[in-house]
Amino acid sequence: MIEIEHLTKRYGALAAVDDVSLTVERGQIAALVGTSGSGKTTLLRMINRLVEPTSGRVRIDGTDTAALPPHLLRRRIGYAIQGHGLFPHRTVAQNIATVPRLLGWDRARIAARVDELLELFQLPPAEFRDRMPHQLSGGQQQRVGVARALAARPDLLLMDEPFGALDPVIRAQAQTDLRRIQRELGTTLVIVTHDMAEAITLGDRIAVMEQGRLLQYAPPREILTAPATPFVARLIGRDERPFHLLSLTCVADLIQPGEAEGPPLAPGASLRDALSLCLWTGRAALPVEGGGVVTLEALRRAAEGRSP
Amino acid sequence: MNPAVVGTRPGVSRPGLLFAALGLAGLAQPFVQFRANRIVAGEGLSLPDALGPWGWAVAAALTGALAMAIPVRRPAPAGLVLALAGLLGVILFAGAAAGALVPEGDRIARVSLGAGFWLLLAAFALALADALSRLALRPAWRWALLAGAVVAGALILGTGLMDDLSVMREYAARRDTFWREAQRHLMLAFGSLGAALAVGLPLGILVHEAPRLRGAVLGVLNVVQTIPSLALFGIMIPLFGWIAASVPGAAAAGIAGIGAFPALVALFLYSLLPVVSNLLAGLAGVPPGVREAAAGLGMTRAQTLAQVMIPLTLPVLLAAVRIVLVQNIGLAVIAGLIGGGGFGSFVFQGLNQTAMDLVLLGALPTIALALVSGIALDLALEGIDPRKVRA
Amino acid sequence: MTGRLALGLAAILLLAFLLSPESFAPLLRPLTRNGAPPVYTQTSLLSLTFSHLGMVAGAVLAASVLAVGFGVLVTRPFGRDFLPLARTVASVGQTFPPVAVLALAVPVMGFGTGPTLLALFLYGLLPIFENTLAGLTNLPPQVIEAARGMGMTPAQRLWRVELPLALPVILSGVRLSAVIALSTATIGSTVAARTLGEVIIAGLLSSNTAFVVQGGIVVGILALLIHAGFRWIEGRAAGWTRARS
Repeated sequence: MIEIEHLTKRYGALAAVDDVSLTVERGQIAALVGTSGSGKTTLLRMINRLVEPTSGRVRIDGTDTAALPPHLLRRRIGYAIQGHGLFPHRTVAQNIATVPRLLGWDRARIAARVDELLELFQLPPAEFRDRMPHQLSGGQQQRVGVARALAARPDLLLMDEPFGALDPVIRAQAQTDLRRIQRELGTTLVIVTHDMAEAITLGDRIAVMEQGRLLQYAPPREILTAPATPFVARLIGRDERPFHLLSLTCVADLIQPGEAEGPPLAPGASLRDALSLCLWTGRAALPVEGGGVVTLEALRRAAEGRSP
Repeated sequence: MNPAVVGTRPGVSRPGLLFAALGLAGLAQPFVQFRANRIVAGEGLSLPDALGPWGWAVAAALTGALAMAIPVRRPAPAGLVLALAGLLGVILFAGAAAGALVPEGDRIARVSLGAGFWLLLAAFALALADALSRLALRPAWRWALLAGAVVAGALILGTGLMDDLSVMREYAARRDTFWREAQRHLMLAFGSLGAALAVGLPLGILVHEAPRLRGAVLGVLNVVQTIPSLALFGIMIPLFGWIAASVPGAAAAGIAGIGAFPALVALFLYSLLPVVSNLLAGLAGVPPGVREAAAGLGMTRAQTLAQVMIPLTLPVLLAAVRIVLVQNIGLAVIAGLIGGGGFGSFVFQGLNQTAMDLVLLGALPTIALALVSGIALDLALEGIDPRKVRA
Repeated sequence: MTGRLALGLAAILLLAFLLSPESFAPLLRPLTRNGAPPVYTQTSLLSLTFSHLGMVAGAVLAASVLAVGFGVLVTRPFGRDFLPLARTVASVGQTFPPVAVLALAVPVMGFGTGPTLLALFLYGLLPIFENTLAGLTNLPPQVIEAARGMGMTPAQRLWRVELPLALPVILSGVRLSAVIALSTATIGSTVAARTLGEVIIAGLLSSNTAFVVQGGIVVGILALLIHAGFRWIEGRAAGWTRARS
C-alpha cells in the first residue's frame, strides 16, 4: 500500500506538484493522467525519490521512504519508462538481471529468475536470453523493460508512459499482458499516461492532475459519470464518454434471455465491441456464447451511464 | 557490379586513368639518384639506366600493371593484387637498382630514391587505397593485410635487399642510435598518451559531474591545443629548468629542463583536450532514458558511471586515443629540435647537414608508425560497436 | 565574455610588442643570463610576423580553393568514381605528421620559403577537403529534393543550396588548416623560412629564454586570435544559413 501525504515539489516559485494526497491499495492499479506539465511524472518520480519532495511524505507499507537511502529504496521498487531505457551494451538477460545483481543474488538464482520472466512475457529464453537490445522489435524491447523492472519481485511497480513508443496494435496487446501479469503477481502498480483510454483500460482508480494539483481520484466509472471539474470532463472528451463507459463493462453483465441470429459473441467481450457489431451488421440483438442475447436497447441504456 | 561503371565511358575507369598517368609520369622521371659520394651533386637514372636490359623489362612490367588498372570490367580483387604487386615491385626494384649501381665493397657511393620512385609509389599506393575502399573487405581481412604489410616491410628491410640505398647506409652507420631514438620516440608518444588518459579521464568525469567547471576546463585546454608546438615545447624548457632548480626535490623526482621531460609534458598537454572533450561528448551521448533507468533501478552514482556510462563511452574514448596517438607520433618529431630525442633528432640533424637521407631516416619511420597506428586504431574502432560491448 | 575581453587585451599587447619591442625589454631581462639581449633584434619582429602570416594566408588560401574545388568535383555525378578514393586519401593522409611533410618537401624544393609553403599547402588541403566532403555529402536529403523539385539546375543547386549549407563545416576545416599551418610554419624556420620560429630557435640555440618566450607568446597569441576569428565567422555563417534555409 502506498500512502502519499501532502506531497509538494517546488522549483523556485513554481509548484510542479502541489499538496497531493492519495492512497493506492495493495494489488491495485492507479493511473495518473494529465496533460504534459501537469506534474504526473514528477509525482511518480517522488515515490522512488528520483525527485526529492519539497515537503510531504510517502509511505510504502507503512514505512516512510525518506528513512531509506534512495538507491536501496529503488532496488525494492520496479521502474519502467517510455522507450524502455534498456542498457544497449548488455544482453537481454544481463539487462533483466540488473537489480538482482545489485542485490547480490547468486548466479543460479538470477539465471532461473531471468528465464522465468522471459517465459512470463512470452519471449522464449533460449532464443532471447543472449540477444542485444537493438536486435529486438519495439514491442519486445518494451516487454524486456517491464521484465527488468519486475526482476527482484518488487511489491510496487512504477511505470512512466511505458507504452508511449508502441504502435496501437502492439500497445493494446501490451496493455492486456500487463493487466494479466499484474493480477497474477499481485503487484501494486502506479502508471503515468496522458491517454485517458489507457487509464480507463488499466486503472482501478484514476488520478487526474492539472498544474500540479490533484483534481479527482476515483474509479473510472465515477470519473466518467461524475467528473469533478470541467477540465476532467474535457480530458475525457464529451464525444468519447459513452464509448469509454461501454468499454468498462463486459457482455456477460448485460445478458438477457432470448435468441438472435448470427455468430455468437464471447461473454468476455466489451459492450463497446457489442455496440460496434450491432451497428455494423444492422441488428437489434446479438447472441452470446452459452445462451442469451445482448440487445441494442440495453447497450443504449448502458451508454447513458445507468447501471446495467 | 562495379560502382565505377556509373557515369563513365564504357570500359574505362577514371581513377585507373589517373593512376596510370601518375605512374607513367613516374617512369619518365629518374628512378634513382646516383652520387659518387655523399657531397657531390646527384645524377638521375631511369630504370633502364640503372638495371640495363632488365630495367626495360621491369619498366614494361610496371607499364603493363598500370595499364591493367584502366579497364572497368576487371574484378575488384584483381585490382588489389595488382596494386600490392606494383608497390612491392617498385620498392624491391629500388633496392635492386641500388645494388646494381654501387660497386661491390664501395662504401662511399650513394644511391638515393628519385622522383620517379616516389611517383610510382604514389600511383600504386593510390590504386591500393582505391581497391580497398571499393572492396569493403571485412575487418578480419583488413587486419590481416595490415599485419602482412608490417611483416613484409620488416622482411624486406631485415633481409638486406635494400641495404645499398643511401637511407639504409645512414641506418647502418648509426644502428644503435636509431633503435635508441626509436624507443625514445615510442616512449614520448605512448607515455604522453598514458599520462593524458590517467589525468584526462578523472578530469572529464569531474567536469561531467560538476558542469560549472566545463567552460573553464575546456577553455584552457582549447587554448593549449591552439599554441603552436614549437612555442609550447620551447616554453617547457625554461619552465621546467626553473622548477628543477628552484623547487626542492623536483630534480630528484625526474623533473628537468633538458632531455625528454619537457617534450613529454608538452605532448601530454596537447593530448588532454581530445581525451577530455571526447569523454564529455561520450557521456553526454548516453541516452537519457538509459541514465534514468540506471538511477530508477537503484544503481548508485558510482555504479551508474562504472557499469553503464563508461562502457557506453568506450568507442568515443578509443577515437580520442586514435587522435592523440597519431598526433603525438607526429609532434614527437619536434622533441628532436629541443634535445628530447626521438626520430626528430635525425630529421633536424639531416636538415642541418643538408643530408636528405638522414632526414628520411627520421621521417620515414615516423610516417610508417603514424600510418600503422592510425589504421590499426581505425580498424579497432570499427570492431567495437557500442551496442556489442559486453559489460 | 571574459574570454573576449582577455583576447582583446592579448591582441593589444601583441600589437604594442610588435610595434615597440624595446619597451618590453625590462620585462624580459630577468629571463636572460650573462647580459644576453632580452629582445630579438636580428630581424624586425614585425616583418617576421608579416612574413609568417603571409605564408600561412597564401598556403591556406590556395589550399582552400583547390580543396573545395576537388570536394565539389568528387561529389558531382562525373566525379563520383573518385569519391571512395578521395575519402580514404583524406583520412589516411592526415596521419602523415606535418613536420615529416615539411622535411620531405626540402629535397623537392631546397631550403627557404619554398618547402615550407609547399608543406603548408599540402597539409592544409586535407582538413579542408575532408570537411568539404562531409559538408556536401551530409546535407539534409529533403532540402536537395526540394531544390530539385523547384526546378533548380545542378549548378544553381550547388551555388544556392549545397555550398551555403555546407559553408560552416567547410570553414571549420579552413580553421583547422590555418591553425596547423601557423604551427608548422614556426618549424619552417629550421629549413630557413622567414617565420617567427626563427626567434624561438635562436633562443633555443643560445639558451636565451627571453627569445623562446617572446617568440612563443607572439605565435601563441596569433594562433588564438586566428582560432577565435574563424570561430566567429563560422558562427555567423551558421546563422546565415539557418536564417536563409
